[in-house]
Amino acid sequence: MSQEQPTLIGARVPKLDAPLKATGSATYGHDVRLPGMLHGRILYSEYPHARVLRVDTARAQALPGVKCVLTAADAPDTRFGYGRDNVPFKNQVVRSLRDEVAGVVAVDPETAEEALRLIEVEYEPLTPVFSPEEALAEGTPLLHPDRGSNLFQTYHYEHGDPQAGERESDVLLEAEYQLPYVSHACLETSVVVAHFDPHGRLTLWSTTQIPFLLQRDLAEALGMDGSQIRIIQTAIGGAFGRGLDIYPFEPIAALMARKAGRPVRLAFTRAEDSIAAPARQPARVRVRAGARRDGRLTFRDVSAVLDIGPYVSWGAVTPLVMMETTASLYKVPHVRFHTDCVYTNNPVTGAMRGYGNPQSTFFIETMMDRLAEAVGMDPVEFRLLNANEPDTVTPQGLVITSCGLKECLQAVAARADRAAGESAAGWGQGTPVSPARDPFHGAPPSRRRRGIGFAATLNVGGGARIYRSDGCGATVKVDDFGHVTLVTGATEIGQGSETVLAQIVAETLGVSLDDVSVENSDTDVKPWDVGVHASRTTFIAGNAACIAARQARDQIFETAAEMLEVKPEELIARQGKVMVRDDPERSIPISKAVRRRHFRQGGRIVIGEGWYDPPTRLVDKATYKGNISAAYGFGAQMAEVEVDLDTGIVRVLRLVCANDVGRAINPMAVEGQIEGGAQMGLGYALTEELLVQEGRVLNPTFADYRLFTAADMPRIETIIVETDDPGGPFGAKGVGEMGGTPTAAAIANAIYDAVGLRLTTLPMTPERVLAALDTHQPKDGE
Amino acid sequence: MKQVIHLTVNGDSHELYLDTRRTLLDVLRNELGLMGTHRSCDAGDCGACTVLLNDLPVTSCLVLAVACDGAQVLTVEGLRCGDGLHPVQQALVETGGIQCGFCTPGMVMSAVALLGEKRRPSEAEIRAALAGNLCRCTGYGKIIQAVQRAAGEAT
Repeated sequence: MSQEQPTLIGARVPKLDAPLKATGSATYGHDVRLPGMLHGRILYSEYPHARVLRVDTARAQALPGVKCVLTAADAPDTRFGYGRDNVPFKNQVVRSLRDEVAGVVAVDPETAEEALRLIEVEYEPLTPVFSPEEALAEGTPLLHPDRGSNLFQTYHYEHGDPQAGERESDVLLEAEYQLPYVSHACLETSVVVAHFDPHGRLTLWSTTQIPFLLQRDLAEALGMDGSQIRIIQTAIGGAFGRGLDIYPFEPIAALMARKAGRPVRLAFTRAEDSIAAPARQPARVRVRAGARRDGRLTFRDVSAVLDIGPYVSWGAVTPLVMMETTASLYKVPHVRFHTDCVYTNNPVTGAMRGYGNPQSTFFIETMMDRLAEAVGMDPVEFRLLNANEPDTVTPQGLVITSCGLKECLQAVAARADRAAGESAAGWGQGTPVSPARDPFHGAPPSRRRRGIGFAATLNVGGGARIYRSDGCGATVKVDDFGHVTLVTGATEIGQGSETVLAQIVAETLGVSLDDVSVENSDTDVKPWDVGVHASRTTFIAGNAACIAARQARDQIFETAAEMLEVKPEELIARQGKVMVRDDPERSIPISKAVRRRHFRQGGRIVIGEGWYDPPTRLVDKATYKGNISAAYGFGAQMAEVEVDLDTGIVRVLRLVCANDVGRAINPMAVEGQIEGGAQMGLGYALTEELLVQEGRVLNPTFADYRLFTAADMPRIETIIVETDDPGGPFGAKGVGEMGGTPTAAAIANAIYDAVGLRLTTLPMTPERVLAALDTHQPKDGE
Repeated sequence: MKQVIHLTVNGDSHELYLDTRRTLLDVLRNELGLMGTHRSCDAGDCGACTVLLNDLPVTSCLVLAVACDGAQVLTVEGLRCGDGLHPVQQALVETGGIQCGFCTPGMVMSAVALLGEKRRPSEAEIRAALAGNLCRCTGYGKIIQAVQRAAGEAT
């Protein structure tokens, strides 16, 4: 191996925190115990829409063990959140069944719970609004009268001339889609611990994904200065976007701690997490799209309505991502995209992994399949013909650098068992299952059909500028034992970012991974970062860590050059040593060079700093055009399914996932993101739906909200496509969200291949499949 | 109402004076400070709180502590093999079967129970044994591989 060849980049390194987690030694929010800590519980509204006339806390206050009871009177009169439409406790009007009316602090959670039942609240019910259509109708009560409308925001985007696109089309198709509420379903329920020190400074132990933005948001909600708030991130038991905003329970915990004068922990129950934590927005989407007879796409026209619930989070920005897939996945000359985000008295919604992309990839990629069939082309050939290419700029202004979309499509197609179903030639005929291949009990093989389906995806992979900064800071310190400490603004949510960042730093400094530790959990210690979202950490925090590590290396080289009597440019760092490039026998340990800097007059420490904010810009406010990411990731999936004609059950037999990740710094972690994303995508496709009736969540437990289990999961076959992105650290791009974005579309397309049904409502449950089969029954097996 | 019980946890014996409504999970976490056993659903649906009660896996959120008088309990903290990790833990680390890690201790205990009963389980048996342990991060594939690897090493 040459001296220059990276050794840790591309290595299947176990996560640094894995031994801690395997032994149960990691400290999660639920595990934080502080001396004198009390427990808070929240009283939620009994009505989806009502005026709060009176809150009487006297009986609760009198219960032994209760330390204090809080109402809106205990909170400052300021609003917070993305839409500046939320307050900790609702003092006049409740707008959903998850609205906070009061809170109790007690010696234990049970006492606090008992006290909640003693709080008397008098409501005057108001007319509730349960659908966006209703919300926008004339004469409907306004959720926020001061806003003048239940329409929070409209996104309107166009490129080309959609009407001309229609005229150019030889085939023109139309469909309507209905997309469900989805729960993040993090295994760890929402939790926060708040404590004010005697100087009045607040420390919050939190599972947030945005520690620095939360500092600011909390300061606003509490009427404090941001400098008086310190956020410590515990080990985080699942995030997936749940922690991407401020939510009322966070300022409430702080208010509780302030009033009680002691640390307070506020932990949600599972049902509470399903009801009071955000869900992915449901959407109704109308799609029209066309193509020429030769297979080239002509236009897309998408109109969507999102039910955002009673308060706005950053989740209301998800149309930006739906827009990106609509406008820029494949080459489409003419596009129109229109989305209304509407207030209702339904559950609160927020950002969730993929941020609009699972939704849009579902409708765009099922529509692609229909177009392929309409023009008589193989679905893969049709996609390859229209695929994005490297070094191009889309009409939306996305600057595509590396692009492995075609490679991904070809890779999954090569693994497809075309005999499993029929592609272009025999759409919708399916293949009866041969008894020899039948791994399942159930209906006789003659009553089951197999099919295969494809879908691709485009996702930001080089950050996403949705805030004015998309930056991240890092410092790298090297001590006189040669130990390296990376302090990064980035947040570890289980995805393995701290391990990947440590690999980048170790590689740059030529030390082993054992010599690197990562500090990433305390706003008093770590430099600023926007947060963990948009698959951005490897690219953005990776570049920042790389810059800091290079600076530290330069400082070491400066001293080592004196000691070795060469120029710094002649040095390289390998195996914990600084070596002369052309004469590696001449070397000194890094630790010795660092000591030389410490043990002399006028010495210096070794500390490198890095700040990386990618060369991107916010989208134009009027046109929504602009390059928001410094790189784009691509992927494709092939699903093979079996549909049981008697039960409507869809089994996924194989799911093959290919992803262009630029370069896999840690292939095992990349696979982990893809496999876990695919599991979420499978749930989105087939099982997961938060059922909401008249504003009430009907299935807030894991018994009723069905996640895929180890027994249900098909084997996920992953293929890593490397395109070496010019802007990424060691060529890497982000991969955090792409694993699940095309899954529902690939499965829907496979179901069509099997039984000739185009399902447009998710999830594709047995009930929905059976109902569709009732109107379209394929003939029995041959 | 309160009651005295005797419980052996990870080899240490405890005499506990408990509210009869306390679950085993409560006692492990709040009386004994064993935070490795995680609370997630509190209803037996997710498996995050799985421990071995007299060698059998149970969701400790569904077990009343007073019903365990005289019992032996093994939690994730009691698994150490010499100065290293238990083969199941080691395999989970090495295969990448851990992401957020919240489900991990419960997953480990279910796997340990399975391997205690069956030295070389088939993939289907592993999947069935872990079906009560939900994981939101990994897609289970690497966890299943880890159990296979641990089974291979145990024989």
